[in-house]
Amino acid sequence: MHRHFDKDIEDIKDLLLRMGAMVEDAISESIRALLERDTSLAEEVIRNDDRIDQMELDIDRRTLELIAKMQPAAVDLRFVAAIMKITPELERIADLAQDVCERVIELNREPQLKAMNAIPRLAHDAQTMVRQSLDAFVRVDANLARQVIAMDDNVDQQTEQSFRELLTYMLEDPRNISRAIRMTFVGKYFERMADGATNICEMVVYLAEGKMIKHVHEADRI
Amino acid sequence: MTTISMDRSTTPSHTAAAPPIVPETKPPAQETPIKIRVEKFDFYYGEAKALHGISLEVPERQVTAFIGPSGCGKSTFLRSINRMNDIIPEARGEGTIEIDGKDIYAPGTDVVALRRRVGMVFQKSNPFPKSIYENIAYGLRIGGVRNKRQLNEIVEQSLIRAALWDEVKDRLHESAFALSGGQQQRLCIARALAVDPEILLMDEPASALDPIATTKIEELIWDLKVNYTIVIVTHNMQQAARVSDRTAFFMLGRLVEYSDTKTIFMNPKEKMTEDYVTGRFG
Repeated sequence: MHRHFDKDIEDIKDLLLRMGAMVEDAISESIRALLERDTSLAEEVIRNDDRIDQMELDIDRRTLELIAKMQPAAVDLRFVAAIMKITPELERIADLAQDVCERVIELNREPQLKAMNAIPRLAHDAQTMVRQSLDAFVRVDANLARQVIAMDDNVDQQTEQSFRELLTYMLEDPRNISRAIRMTFVGKYFERMADGATNICEMVVYLAEGKMIKHVHEADRI
Repeated sequence: MTTISMDRSTTPSHTAAAPPIVPETKPPAQETPIKIRVEKFDFYYGEAKALHGISLEVPERQVTAFIGPSGCGKSTFLRSINRMNDIIPEARGEGTIEIDGKDIYAPGTDVVALRRRVGMVFQKSNPFPKSIYENIAYGLRIGGVRNKRQLNEIVEQSLIRAALWDEVKDRLHESAFALSGGQQQRLCIARALAVDPEILLMDEPASALDPIATTKIEELIWDLKVNYTIVIVTHNMQQAARVSDRTAFFMLGRLVEYSDTKTIFMNPKEKMTEDYVTGRFG
């Protein structure tokens, strides 16, 4: 049976996916601004963040209306819970892309530090995790969600590796310190994006299976 | 693994290889004593089979809700628990319903005594055409209570337990029909409580009431479960979600799923239950 409610759910889902697409753009543009030292692109990402914030408010409003009017149960309830947890994660990921761009603008005021190895890989992997977490949500695919969660350890290792790399630059020459610290922040921002993708995936598992795998030992997540 | 498609036009995969419905019949592991134990209970109205092999256990001093579409057998089943169906000609039950381990359909069962232990409240409040006081005292007198002071005390206690005392204490001798619908329903609950039952069966007790009166009945159910085992039939799913500890979902005379209320409303195991509680039925 078709329910009027289904239209509301579809609308909210569409909004969340549009917000997700904007967040993915923000990430890829922040990476491009970083690698190509493009200040104007970085400024554009920062400007666009307001639109993502507005999307969050819009989704929150509609979700609360839906709870008030429809009192969702079972899979509908889990969907609403997932939306309410995923939306702020996306908003935070967009803020992190904005933070990356702020550091890029600061870094571009000085000569390039050195060719970096770890950071671009880290950025790419974080971006992949965010994209796949949204794919998992669209398809309500708990398997994919678990695969994405499994990638997070690798991202953590890469963050650590980038930090060690930056530390050697700082030890080499004290004039590198301020730029290397900014770059350390950048690495941390990408790592936090990957954490956000992990949180989204945990909600996808909840949506699909009703199982809350957050704060659960790895072996019990299956 | 269970997957649920977001696309409402496709069928969720957990229906693909639908296992035979074998609902969980036991309450949670923590040791709540079982008050009512039902084993393979069938019920017939003449040739028509209304209930098919119902097995479940109702824990003591908890609220158990029966939900399901009209005609699913939930009220028939409720009325079987105090043998209210006995008065329907051609109706008969098979299987076992035990209360405290004793089969209530065993030959020689005192049905009047059974109904005293298992009180019932109906959808439409049905006070006697008597005073508020007499509505409660009447059954007690028939039960042999003659002492005026004792009667007064039980009437007062019953009205207090039914959260009605403060509203009627100054007009106990007015007609029960002078009360509002919600008050009449609480009077019927007080009347059921007066004979000191152990189990209260409620058949849509709030469906004819406004939201405020409904809230009062729900609050009352919360208070009563400290002392009584309550089984409630309701069409209002939010009500089942609010007041009950366990929920049983019935469909076409069968028990489809019986579980913790929160499981039924957050993560039901059966596709049919899911469709019913999300209103995706039809």
